[in-house]
Amino acid sequence: MIRFLIKGLIRDKSRSALPIIVVAIGVMLTVFMHAYIAGIMGDTIEMNARFSEGHMKVTTRAYAAEIDQVPNDLAILEADGLVSKLENQFAGVSWASRIKFGGLIDAPDENGETKAQGPAMGIGIDLLSTESEEPARLNLTKSLVRGQMPRQSGEVLISDHFATKLGVNIGDPVTLIGSTMEGGMSMYNFTVAGTLSFGMEAMDRGTIIADLTDVGKALQMEGAAGEILGFLPDGFYDHEEAVKMAEAFNAGYSGDQDEYAPQMVALGQQEKMSFYVELSEVWLYYISLIFIIAMSLVLWNAGLLGGLRRYGEVGIRLAMGEEKRHVYVTMIWESVFIGLAGSVVGTGIGLFCAWLLQKYGLDISGMMEGSSVMMPSVIRARITPPDLWLGFFPGLLSTVIGTMLSGIGIFKRQTARLFKELEA
Amino acid sequence: MENSVIISIEKLVKQFPMGQGVFTALNEIDLTVQKGEFSGLIGPSGSGKTTLLNIVGSLDAPTRGEATVLGQPISKLGPREAARLRKENLGFIFQSYNLLQVHTVYENVEFPLLLLNIQAAERRKMVMDALEWVGLTSKEKSKPPQLSGGECQRVAIARAMVKRPSLVLADEPTANLDAANSHHILQTMVKLNEELGTTFLFATHDEKVISYLRRKIYLLDGKIDKIEHVAVNDTVPS
Repeated sequence: MIRFLIKGLIRDKSRSALPIIVVAIGVMLTVFMHAYIAGIMGDTIEMNARFSEGHMKVTTRAYAAEIDQVPNDLAILEADGLVSKLENQFAGVSWASRIKFGGLIDAPDENGETKAQGPAMGIGIDLLSTESEEPARLNLTKSLVRGQMPRQSGEVLISDHFATKLGVNIGDPVTLIGSTMEGGMSMYNFTVAGTLSFGMEAMDRGTIIADLTDVGKALQMEGAAGEILGFLPDGFYDHEEAVKMAEAFNAGYSGDQDEYAPQMVALGQQEKMSFYVELSEVWLYYISLIFIIAMSLVLWNAGLLGGLRRYGEVGIRLAMGEEKRHVYVTMIWESVFIGLAGSVVGTGIGLFCAWLLQKYGLDISGMMEGSSVMMPSVIRARITPPDLWLGFFPGLLSTVIGTMLSGIGIFKRQTARLFKELEA
Repeated sequence: MENSVIISIEKLVKQFPMGQGVFTALNEIDLTVQKGEFSGLIGPSGSGKTTLLNIVGSLDAPTRGEATVLGQPISKLGPREAARLRKENLGFIFQSYNLLQVHTVYENVEFPLLLLNIQAAERRKMVMDALEWVGLTSKEKSKPPQLSGGECQRVAIARAMVKRPSLVLADEPTANLDAANSHHILQTMVKLNEELGTTFLFATHDEKVISYLRRKIYLLDGKIDKIEHVAVNDTVPS
């Protein structure tokens, strides 16, 4: 009997192949959309992480208390030692020392007199060491408009818009006028190696990026770092994981009352980002829920129609003396098979499509020219664990429920009525 | 003599709800069918012949009265008992064949035997016997879409007969067939009736079918209008 039913299922494409394709498409869309939305939501978080916050951020307690003012006088001293310690404690996490600073950029003319000046926001990162992940993390090479990446000490990158405003070209000297870690005035000469376009109004207005060692020298902060940013191994922010690491790190300093003791904060715990992280999680949850419900209704209907379409076959089987219960159970088992096969295929294809979008991304920079909105220029999906099982809700449950309902609908009819309709 | 009665119907009434009231499809029917009969319910559309056939086939239940088929009172059968009666004792032949389109001729005929859990070797013998009765052994691997209407109805007969049921119910079995195929089908059924002793009860208004019947039960407006008996020699095999 089972062989008979399987033969029927395999041969009747409208009973097997077609529903599996419909379920697979629905599941694929569900999985892909979830990964896509997770990617979109995550991209903004990741952009903030890469440029400013890290997945985890280590500062001194005192620095953290006044972090909005970028208080470099409260920076971490002997940062390299702390980075080594962090690398030992959290294997796989990438740690990067940075110094944020503000100052005035002075562009001299050929006589050394001030040609133009403008306020700048600066970031000191590891630009020059070969193993540094920072240039790639900030996408600097692709953001170059003119010139090249700094190759030696004393070279600096400057936003293209800012450079144009100051009237400086590649190879021109500029002077950073700022304040040292001790509060004194500092002046440091750089040579412009390249100009950048970040695609973000706030950064394009006046940003300079220099090597950490140069910034340390300029601000008399050699060996120090305002912030040490940590980036999780797969490149995506995982709130639970980051919080767990922060708690583990901070536990090591719980007995230390020193205001210069380091403390770690996860991105989602930072005042600026916590709301957005929570918001994006809620949005992802509700958008996914709505999509899953919509797809469930579609596949539920497919199951319902698939069942109702077999009205005639059910009538014949009942006439031959098969019990209603047996017909019903076999219909449900068939729908379990269809739902399972469709869900597995759909999840596989959905994950593959999401993986392609995660790995290669979709470059929309051409559409964003002139845009002042701070958003990533490459759309990427993000595959998360729920993508492995999410599609089974619409794929399996809805198909089975649809079939169960259609079965109830069929069997609520009197058997004789079924035959009358069968003959029609 | 009592044992030879296969269908016994007493004061059978069947009503269907219609709007605010009811429609009486069968009204106080009394009828007995003996084992081995080749009889038919004859009447125009709406006379109640299919309704009566459905009740005899345990596909429907009477509103009042009783239909006893092979000793089992239809009104008292639960769904499971009714299914068992159909599975073990009844064969159905429909106007539009109602074959399972994706299954071969062999598999269509085999299906009732699968429900009876008959062993594979015996099943094969029974299926081939049934196909031989209807002259379709060469078509065992064909599927219904590859067959003519007449061949499809012969497969349906083989399917109805394969388990050697006591009673075969045929509802307008020739309605979709031309004259030549109709006669061929009817001759096959007459032969099975004579050789296997299977009781046939038709519902029809087709003159070709009527000409083969040995007992003609005329229904009109839900009542038995008249019953005609035909001597065996008077049937008209063409």
